[in-house]
Order: sequence, then structure tokens, then C-alpha cells
Amino acid sequence: MKSLLLGALALLASCLAATAQDGALQAVLQDYRAAIEKSSRRTIEPTIAAILDSNLPQVQLMLETWANKDMWQRESDGLFFIGTEMADGGYRLTDFDTGEVIGDFAKSDLKQLKPNSGIRALIATALVKFQLLDPDPARRLDALLSIQRDPGPDHLAPLRASIADETDAGLKAQKQRAERLLTIAYDRDPLARIAAITDMQGDLGVDLRATLNPLVATVLKATHGDIPPDENVARVLVPGRDIARGDAYDLLVSQGAPVRLTPDMLRGALAENIVGDQVAGLPVASLNTEANRETAYASLAGQGLVPQAVTGTDIQAALDDHVFYEAYAEPLARVTTAATAALTTINRNVALNQTLDLTLDALSLASIYFLAAIGLAITFGVMGVINMAHGEFMMMGAYTGYVVQQIVPNHTASILVAIPLAFCVTFAAGVAMERLVIRWLYNRPLETLLATFGISIALQQLAKNIFGTQARPLTSPGWLDGALVVNDVVSISYIRIAIFALALIFLGVFLYIIKRTRLGLETRAVTQNPRMAASMGINPNHVNMLTFGLGSGIAGIAGVAIGLFAKVTSELGSDYIVQSFMTVVVGGVGNIWGALAGAAMIGFMQKGIEWFNPSNTLAAQTFMIVFIIIFIQFRPRGIIALKGRAAGD
Amino acid sequence: MQGSLFARNPSLPIFLCLLVAFTVAVTLLSEGMGAGLISTSFVKTLGKTLCLCLAALAMDLVWGYTGILSLGHFAFFGLGGYMIGMWLMYERTREIVVASVADAPIPPTGQEIVDAIGNQIFGVVGSSDFPLIWAFADSLVLQLALVVLVPGVLALVFGWLAFRSRVTGVYLSILTQAMTLALALYLFQNDNGLRGNNGLSGLQNLPGVEAPQALVSVWFLWASALALGLGYLLAAWMVSGKFGSVLRGIRDNEARVRFLGYSVEVYKLAIFTLTACITGIAGALYYPQAGIINPAEITPIASIYLAVWVAIGGRGRLYGAVIGATFVSLVSSWFTGGQAPDVPLGFYTVKWVDWWLIVLGLSFVFVTLFAPKGIGGLFDLLARAKSPDRHGADLGPDQGSLREREASE
Repeated sequence: MKSLLLGALALLASCLAATAQDGALQAVLQDYRAAIEKSSRRTIEPTIAAILDSNLPQVQLMLETWANKDMWQRESDGLFFIGTEMADGGYRLTDFDTGEVIGDFAKSDLKQLKPNSGIRALIATALVKFQLLDPDPARRLDALLSIQRDPGPDHLAPLRASIADETDAGLKAQKQRAERLLTIAYDRDPLARIAAITDMQGDLGVDLRATLNPLVATVLKATHGDIPPDENVARVLVPGRDIARGDAYDLLVSQGAPVRLTPDMLRGALAENIVGDQVAGLPVASLNTEANRETAYASLAGQGLVPQAVTGTDIQAALDDHVFYEAYAEPLARVTTAATAALTTINRNVALNQTLDLTLDALSLASIYFLAAIGLAITFGVMGVINMAHGEFMMMGAYTGYVVQQIVPNHTASILVAIPLAFCVTFAAGVAMERLVIRWLYNRPLETLLATFGISIALQQLAKNIFGTQARPLTSPGWLDGALVVNDVVSISYIRIAIFALALIFLGVFLYIIKRTRLGLETRAVTQNPRMAASMGINPNHVNMLTFGLGSGIAGIAGVAIGLFAKVTSELGSDYIVQSFMTVVVGGVGNIWGALAGAAMIGFMQKGIEWFNPSNTLAAQTFMIVFIIIFIQFRPRGIIALKGRAAGD
Repeated sequence: MQGSLFARNPSLPIFLCLLVAFTVAVTLLSEGMGAGLISTSFVKTLGKTLCLCLAALAMDLVWGYTGILSLGHFAFFGLGGYMIGMWLMYERTREIVVASVADAPIPPTGQEIVDAIGNQIFGVVGSSDFPLIWAFADSLVLQLALVVLVPGVLALVFGWLAFRSRVTGVYLSILTQAMTLALALYLFQNDNGLRGNNGLSGLQNLPGVEAPQALVSVWFLWASALALGLGYLLAAWMVSGKFGSVLRGIRDNEARVRFLGYSVEVYKLAIFTLTACITGIAGALYYPQAGIINPAEITPIASIYLAVWVAIGGRGRLYGAVIGATFVSLVSSWFTGGQAPDVPLGFYTVKWVDWWLIVLGLSFVFVTLFAPKGIGGLFDLLARAKSPDRHGADLGPDQGSLREREASE
């Protein structure tokens, strides 16, 4: 009977053991129950490690539950469960190990576990391992992004482990890249780090530079006697040559050397020691020179009233006594050497790509100038009429675009409507201006300049009266948003590509009209010799009117293009007018290729100057204009000068 | 071409008498010295207008007489203002600094005062050191010399480059405009040493002068009137002599003058540089009355306005420039100052502040088209002088010249 009882007990025990086997995670949790209940960041790490070491499939669920504050403890036996709030305010508990619902309990029987933010961060790190292997690619990507955002040494091992099983090719490449970067930053084996650095050499990614730069960061240090052997020295500095003496001494001051006397301290010390109207025997009124002040201070110091001033000899002695050097924060010389070499290669690559990027920028600036100048190349370059209101025609085009967008809400459609409409509006304006004003002044070019300037200020003010002084938006279609990104250095926005294409189209249209159409032929004839053309049956008035209208119409289209990337204001045209005239003059009058060459030269030069001093576009413009003035000295007729009879002399 | 200076310039005595009468009248009516019928700010406006007249006179010399449409003369005007402004600002700040450290227990050293001035002046652009161009700012005499020298040298260098390579006509206009733009853009930079777009301010306070602004404004009116009178005298003397004849010759047919053996470039350079100096002086008198100068003052549009004044007044005659500058700038300030009454049209009220520029621009087109002689042409009507009847022929060999009576005699 007794043995039977024992047997029954044994059976019961084995059953209990079996339950414990099923509740494997619960057992681990119970082992660390005190730590979990205490919930302190400092003591929780072994708990999390033990939970992870159990390698149970339910660990992820448990950790997530814990971090989300959904883990509850049953007061009666201290076991941990998932708690789900019920409608009646009670909680339904679910077992971690079996996934079975244990039952519903009142809140008073339970205790919620509320891990603080420190613990939650630790849990999150622990969870990365699982998230990197999550079946859902989106969650894997999230985990990877969170590593990239905030990399740490703990991420390296789980990341490495997750690469082999990665099925998504894109994610795998990203993971491998992240693994390389983490290796460089955190791997314990220097050889692995160097190998990773060598692997990544030449890569243009900003993240790689961000990883490498801390490795080669240096700290300025000074030491008495020899440099400690465990320092990874970048270079030794000689005061006065590599480092200013004052800065070197300031470093020593931070290490305890006596402070130098600044002018403020000197003045303060003197002011404190005024006796009657004298300081150390010198009248206060005489202390308005450096020399007298120093004399007074020296005699005060002699009396022991103020501390002795540090003299130049003291400073020199202190500097001679110390060795100044820059040390890498990274202790291993092999790693820093590899990182420096890699950075050199990268910087060379970056410089090359920046040149490419700059060339693209210059090209787009040149096409903007070309667009702004091409209408002028017709009116000023071919006809010789100087039209100061040309900029205002561009402005009219831009405002036409704006008005069209108010009526046609679809951006793509509105631009397609706006471009021909802008041409028509400014064509009409140009023809009207030619008929009313310019044709009376063909013999008086300087007065054309002044009369058209009058029209220019009138139009500008009119635009202000109608549209107000604030900038109006001209929104580009959605498909022109964004940029074509080649790599981390080289990118160009689609709108600039579109403007470049537009400039090319204009060039083609212009060449076609001038070289292949009746109007072009007549224009060339009239501009070369109006009387001869007239006697051949061409009506010069008619041709001049149409040519001027054409030039103005193109200005209108250019205005729409410029309005797309700059805000539309009444000053839009005047911002470009001087540059446009310079473009035509520099390029060479009377020739479309001249305008192209001029725009290219001005665009490239402006970007080139900006490259020397990137923060200052004003300076770039200033120097560019000065350069143009000098350039005209050497080629007064521009880059592409007409020769012979076509030149008109 | 015989007789005294006055005989050859009948307008000269009339102009000088009018100028003196105007100055005396304004003085007697001013707040500072007389009846107080004219407010101090209007005395300043009148003084500034006299300075603008002087600049327009220079513009007339270079454009109306020589045919160089310079769109850069307002840059010289601004430079003159900057040069005098540097001294005014430096000395004024020095006074303030010295006064503020007067109670300090230890008297300041010279260096400390200079540092404090630098801090005061350049704090606004985040600097405290004096740039090299302020080296002479503490000396009135040197800065006064710079008022003439800086515009003069700039004009000399620019003119030499431009005239040497035979840049003429509209090309020269565009080039001068580019020069003005370059200078304005340069001055707009904060690190150029002239306080960027903040400009120089507080120029109306004369260092070491306790007198109220009412009195100072009259002094400046006198100085401006004196400068204008002397400038007019100089201009009249120049254009009535052989030098003036050569200038007109260059305007009407440059090539012919060159073939006659004159060094056209030297004449052009001389008149360009001289007028730049005169404009610089005008600017140096203008900005202490305005009180502030900033780079926006010398953007290309200002220089075009200078040409507008001369054209409306009547170019190629000295009094025309003065009339144009006076008329347009006073009428402009009347219209844009909000004093002109609005015109209700029933459906729309014309506010002159908004519409004045349009009227000015269009009237400018009308003057160019229908009255190329400008307001000055009215005097021809009075004197019953007629332009030669060319029977429909071209205006002249150069096709752009507006010929004077004496040029065709």
C-alpha cells in the first residue's frame, strides 16, 4: 500500500516534471523571477541572456509581450502569462509554452509587469535576432533599418547569423553591406576589420564614410617626456609650425599649467588695485597703453598683490618641455592605417564623382541661361534690337502658366496648355511692342534701350498690381518631381533634365526656322541688308514684326520653364536680364551657336567658381561678371564672331 | 565759338541766379534758420535732389555730349556715398564708444577703442575685425580723397579696358550695366567688409556736431547747391571749349574724329573718369542727407533711372539734365509718398503708389518717341529755334546722334 502510494507519488512527480518540460520557458522565467519582478536595467541582462539561451520558439512572443507590457503575473503562484483585457475589466491569461488559455482572472489577482525604457531597449536588441529572421520581409527590413539607424556591437552576431537564411536578394545585399559596416566598427578581430575595410574600399556610400571617419578621428594630446607606447599616434606636432603656440599652451593650461594673463584679466586686476588715483605708483590716467599696464601689473606682482604673470619665456619653456601629438581614438595602428588608406581612395572617388555632379549642375545652369537668352539671341543677336523688356516677357510667360494652373487643375495638362498659350501671349505682346514702339527707333539703338526700359518698369509694376508682390507657385507635374540618383554623390533633378531637353528642342526649332523656312530666309536677308531685301520683294516691316514676335514668344516659353523651378514673381525677368545679355554678348551676336557657347561658358564658369567657394553664390556671380568684362577685352565680338559681310562692317 | 564763358552759355548766368535764389529761399523758409515753413525732411529732400541733379549733369556730359550711354554711373554715386559713410560711421561710433568707456576704472588703450568700434560696426555681420578697406576710415581728409579717387580709379580702369577694345554703343551700355551688377552683388555679401546688405547707417549724425538736424540739413543744402553750381560751371566751361567740340564730334561720328587725328579713347576715358568723380562727390553729399546707404541703391536699375532723368529733361544740354532730375525725382517722391490724391473711376480706384511707375514708364516711351529733346525742347520752342530740316534723310552718319544746333551750323 505504502509502495503503491509512493508509486502514485512518483507518477504524480513525473507528471509534474512532464508539465515542467512543457513549460520550459515558464521554468526559466521562474528561475529569474526575482530579477523580472525587480525590473532594473542593471540586473536584467543575465535574465534576457538566459531566456535567449533557452532557444525556445516561444521566446520571441514572450519578449514582445514583455516589452509591450502585456505580460502579467498571477499573484497566487507567481507564474507569468500573456494577459488580454476582457470587456468586464478582468484579464484572460494565456500560457507562453502551450498557447492555451488558462482562464479569466480579476485584475486584483494579477500583477502587470512594466519594464522601463532601459529594459525595453535591451529587449529590443534581443528581439533583433528574431526580427531579422522574421518570415515577413517588411519586418526584416524594419529590423535592418533600425540597425542601420543606430548600430551597436550587439547587432553584429545576430545580423551575421541571419544572412545565410535570407531569401530576398535585395535584403540579402543590404544585410551583407550592414554586416561589413558593423564588422569595421565593432568586430573584435582586427584582421576581420581590416579585411572588411579593404572589401569596401572605393565605395561611395555616406554610411561607409560615417563608419570610417570615427576610426581616424584624432585627439590632440600633450605629454611630458616620451609619448606612451600604447598610444596610436597620428602625427607629432611642433608648436609654432603645426599648431599655434597659443593653442598649444591652452592645451597645457587645461592640464594644469598656469593661466595666461588675458587683457581682460589684466585690466580687472589693475582695477581692483586702484589706490587713490594710482595703481602701483602709476597714475590711473596713464594706464591707456599696453606697456604702462604691464609695468603696473609687474610691480603689483612684485608686491605680491597679484599672481606673477606668465611670461613668454615661461610659455616657451613649457612648450619645449612637452611633446604635442595627435592620437587616434582607435588603439590599433593596423586598423587606422587601413581606414586612412580606404578613406583616401574614397575621397578620390568622391572628388571624381563631385566633378561629374558639378558638370551636370553646370550643364543645367547653362541650359537655363540658354533658355533665357535664346529669345534675345533673335531680337538682339539677329535683329540688333536691344529689348530691356525681354525679362518682362519671360515674366508674362510665367504668369500665364500660373493663371492656366488656376483654371486647369491637372498639372501635366496645364503645362501642356500653358506652353503654347505663353508663346501666343508673348508673341502678341512682342508684335504689339514692335509695331507701336520699336519700329520707330530702328535707327536709334540707344533710345530703343531706354524706351523698352520704360515698358519694362511699366510691365513689372502692372504685374505687381495684378498679382501682388508675393511669389506665386507654378507647380510642375508629379512625374517631374524627384531626382535621378546615380549614387550618393551624383544626382540631378528631373526638372533640370526636362529644362535641358527643352533647351535642346528650342535649339532645334530655332535652327529649323532660321535655316529651313521662308521666314528664316527672309529674316536673314532683312537683317543683312534691308534695302536689298526690300528690292527683292520682301516686306522688311512684316519680317521684322514676325521675327520680333518669335523672339518674344520664345521668351514666354522660357518663362514657363524658369517659373517651374523658381517662384513666379514680378522680378523673375529682371533677375535674368543682365545675365541673358551677357550670354548673347559673350557668345557672339548674330549667331545661335554663339548664344549656346555663351550660355555654356557662363554656366560652367559660375559653377566652377562656386566650387572654389561653395557657400557664396553671390561671390561667384560677381567674379563671373568681372571675368566676362575682361573676356570681352580679348574677344570683343564674342566667342563665335561673324566674319565678312555678315558681320555688318 | 567766340566770347566769354557766359556769352557762350547763355543758360549759365540764369541757372546760377536761380540756384542762388532757390538756396536763399529755402534757407529763409527752413525750420533750422528761417520761418519754418519747410520741414526739415523736405529740406533734406531738396538737398538730395540737388545731389541727384549733379549726378544727372555728369550723366549728361557722358551721354548727351559724348554719346556713351553709361548704365553704371550710379555705381560711382554709391561708391562716393560708401567712402564718406565709412568715415561718418567710424567717427560716430568712436564717439559713442569713448563716451561709454569714460566711466571705466582703467582708461582704455587705443587698441581697445578700435576693437570696440569694430565690434559695434561689424557685430551685425558676425565679425569684429576691421577689414583692410577701412584702413583710412579714421581720417576725414583721406576718406574725402577716396570719395573722388575710388570712383575715379574704377572708372579709369573700366573705361580703359572698354574703350581700348572699342566697345561702343549698346555693348558698352550692357557692359557698364554688368559692372554695376557685379559691384552691387559684391556689396551684398556680408563678408566684404562693408556690412553686406545692412549697408552703412546713421550717416545723418555728423561726428563732433551738436547742432540739431534742422540746422545740419540747411548746411547740407548749401553744400549741395555749391557743388551743383561748381559742377555746372565746370561742365559749361568744358563743353563750350575745344574739348567739348571734340566730345560732340565723337558723339556724332566717332570714326571721323579718329581720322582727324584725335585720340578718341583718351577723350572718352577723360570724360568718363571725370564724370565718375563728379558723381562720386554727388553721392558723398547725398547719403549723409539720406542717412543710410546699402547695396540696393546701386543695382543697375538706379543707373537706368539716371539716364531716364537726363532723357526726360533733354540730353545734350546741361540745364536739361538738371530739369529732368529735379522734375522726375520730385514728382516721383510726390506720387510714391502717398501725397497724391487717389483717382476714383467708379469701378476702380487708381492709387498712385501702385500706378505711378506705370505712368513713368509709359511717359518715358512717349518722350523717347515723340519728344527726343525732352522738357528742354520747350526752351527751343520759346527761343523759336528749329532743328535743321533734313528732308527725310538719315539723322546723321552715325544714325544715333541727336544733333545740336551748333553741330549743324
